[in-house]
Amino acid sequence: MATKKAAEKSNVSKDELLKYYRDMLLIRRFEEKAGQLYGMGLIGGFCHLYIGQEAVVVGLEAATKEGDKRITSYRDHGHMLACGMEARGVMAELTGRAGGYSKGKGGSMHMFSKEKHFYGGHGIVAAQVPLGAGLAFSDWYKGNDNVTFTYFGDGAANQGQVYETYNMAELWGLPVIFVIENNQYAMGTSVKRATKSTTLYGRGTAYGIPGEQVDGMDVLAVKEAAEKAVAHCRAGKGPYILEMMTYRYRGHSMSDPAKYRTREEVEKIKSEKDCIEHVRDLLTQSGLASEEELKAIDKDIKEIVNDSAEFAKTSPEPDHSELWTDIYA
Amino acid sequence: MATEILMPALSPTMEEGTLAKWLVKEGDVVKSGQIIAEIETDKATMEFEAVDEGTVGKLLVAEGTAGVKVNTPIAVLVEEGETVSDAPKAAAVTAAPAPVAAVAAAPVAAAAVAVVSRASPDWAEGTPMKTMTVREALREAMAEEMRGNANVFLMGEEVGEYQGAYKISQGLLDEFGPKRVIDTPITEIGFAGIGVGAAWGGLNPIVEFMTFNFAMQAIDHIINSAAKTNYMSGGQLGCPIVFRGPNGAAARVGAQHSQDYSAWYAAIPGLRVVIPYSASDAKGLLKQAIRDPNPVIFLENEILYGQSFEVPDVPDFTIPFGKARIWREGSDVTIVSFGIGMKHALEAADQLAKDGISAEVIDLRTLRPIDYDTVLASVMKTNRCVTVEEGFPVGSIGDHLASTIMQKAFDYLDAPVITCTGKDVPMPYAANLEKFALITAAEVVAAVKSVCYR
Repeated sequence: MATKKAAEKSNVSKDELLKYYRDMLLIRRFEEKAGQLYGMGLIGGFCHLYIGQEAVVVGLEAATKEGDKRITSYRDHGHMLACGMEARGVMAELTGRAGGYSKGKGGSMHMFSKEKHFYGGHGIVAAQVPLGAGLAFSDWYKGNDNVTFTYFGDGAANQGQVYETYNMAELWGLPVIFVIENNQYAMGTSVKRATKSTTLYGRGTAYGIPGEQVDGMDVLAVKEAAEKAVAHCRAGKGPYILEMMTYRYRGHSMSDPAKYRTREEVEKIKSEKDCIEHVRDLLTQSGLASEEELKAIDKDIKEIVNDSAEFAKTSPEPDHSELWTDIYA
Repeated sequence: MATEILMPALSPTMEEGTLAKWLVKEGDVVKSGQIIAEIETDKATMEFEAVDEGTVGKLLVAEGTAGVKVNTPIAVLVEEGETVSDAPKAAAVTAAPAPVAAVAAAPVAAAAVAVVSRASPDWAEGTPMKTMTVREALREAMAEEMRGNANVFLMGEEVGEYQGAYKISQGLLDEFGPKRVIDTPITEIGFAGIGVGAAWGGLNPIVEFMTFNFAMQAIDHIINSAAKTNYMSGGQLGCPIVFRGPNGAAARVGAQHSQDYSAWYAAIPGLRVVIPYSASDAKGLLKQAIRDPNPVIFLENEILYGQSFEVPDVPDFTIPFGKARIWREGSDVTIVSFGIGMKHALEAADQLAKDGISAEVIDLRTLRPIDYDTVLASVMKTNRCVTVEEGFPVGSIGDHLASTIMQKAFDYLDAPVITCTGKDVPMPYAANLEKFALITAAEVVAAVKSVCYR
């Protein structure tokens, strides 16, 4: 999985590393809490956790600027936290409360923030791909240099509309970065059981779209690749594909026992490739940060997450009248 | 043996056309496959090839003649040594020549008579009017809105360089350029999704489906992405987009190309569903649709494209959604229809008038929202109702109206509501079977007589 180790080589500052550590840890602790609330029956329906994949979205967000857009699938909590949406609003949406980003009407898979340019949160596998290209189209039409990050998984990569979108995105030169979060499993089906064409970024070649495979467990490698892709898009050269090799530690959703892979496989990744431990090691082994500093961050994150859970439990359910609002703009 | 060359049918719905130009003259020798004329249909100017070899004995229809019916003899080919008199007797068609325009920008031949509403329409008395086809009305609506709002653009298959598969977008590429009139590959789910994303990004896309039959490829984005997101986002993300194109049967194009989707889309909260019959409604409602902050399904009809109506000649003519139009007032029965169903409803009302039955004819114009008030008020007056639509019978708009009338005006009904619909079969190709499958004015007349116990 590992293709390169940018971290050791790059001249990265303490503040930058601390930010990645903090952002990734927030996602991890948030998701763990969400899993806990799900177990308590406070969160219902489908709930897809991002644990293990944190470096992907945190590394990509490091290359964004104001006005850039992002859109993803139903495994969306991490993307929302990474782009600056409030933990309270996300958690309260998970519990279906009025204080949630969608007033409780969207749920885990359907949250949005126009303010943060986060466009969902989509439950139909791969639907977000043309939608993301459409967001990029709006920037292309207006003539600015913003880009749209369109995230999808290895499962979505086998949907036809992905390739319809590749075709038009390259044809029109749309500023869209297709981020394939290859976490190896489309629900229970491994990449190898779904296709003979397992190098997913390479499929862009047929449409003339450049791309590359990236160690998605290494936030610095992700950021470096993201900067390259963003520069390509901002320069008006059209779309770019980043295939992030990553891994989800939990099941596809809360109800997935994950019998399609061995416990050893999961443990091996956790112990050898964990994205948060990686940054923690970089900080401590180089002497950039002390254990105390990191513990203070851990504590801070724990407080944010606990506060969001408390908010999500106490925020009222949406008023009955909300049933009939927001059907039309 | 001399042979007649007949006016050809060059599209599924063509009934007549303009003989724009002869490329041969009398006395010329023609070979089979040689282009002998340019013929303008309601959709395009087509080159017409000779099938037989021979000498052009006589041109029966003058260049520039409009309104030449399909199968009218337009020329006579003679063999060596023959004269024109050897040909079967054919009446020469003489009509005032119409100006012949450039091939790509040919004007659309207007149907001879404009259908005029007898009841009060959406404009004040004395408003200046002009006659135009539904096709011209749609084009004018898009052009006006594109002039007024730089964020409005048109995207779809063949909308640009081809000038529109049905000529709706003719001339728009020239005026607005390729950034605003965008030819797409054949990729319905892809460009429907891109359109929705562009709408979220602050633009006002008009997405043309060559026909709504192909929109089934894209229906996930229409329903799951466009219609539901405002609700799912707690009101943050409206989707100002228009999906438009011809809906329903054309003529003899078979089951996969002949379906009325009115009831499907009308079932979805979050969508607006518009289905105009007249040119004035096509114009006023399309302009309204482009301005609406919600996703609008705009269902056109290929057979209606060439029909002419009176349209107000005013600068900014729009029609609000959810307001039915009473096309003719009556006292004995209420006929409710929409889209091409109105053609049958109005024909039926004319026939019924001759039999002494006074029918009130209501055009719903929008199916989401539906103007229940107008329908109910009329039924409370006439005490009888017949609905007319082209779609399948199960879960039809008529079913929904019948249920609503039963729940809200049961005591006013003197007879059960009859729902006239297309037959419960995939559309057959054979001409006779297709006629049986479609709703007809005769069936509407029979239904009205039934509810009137006549």
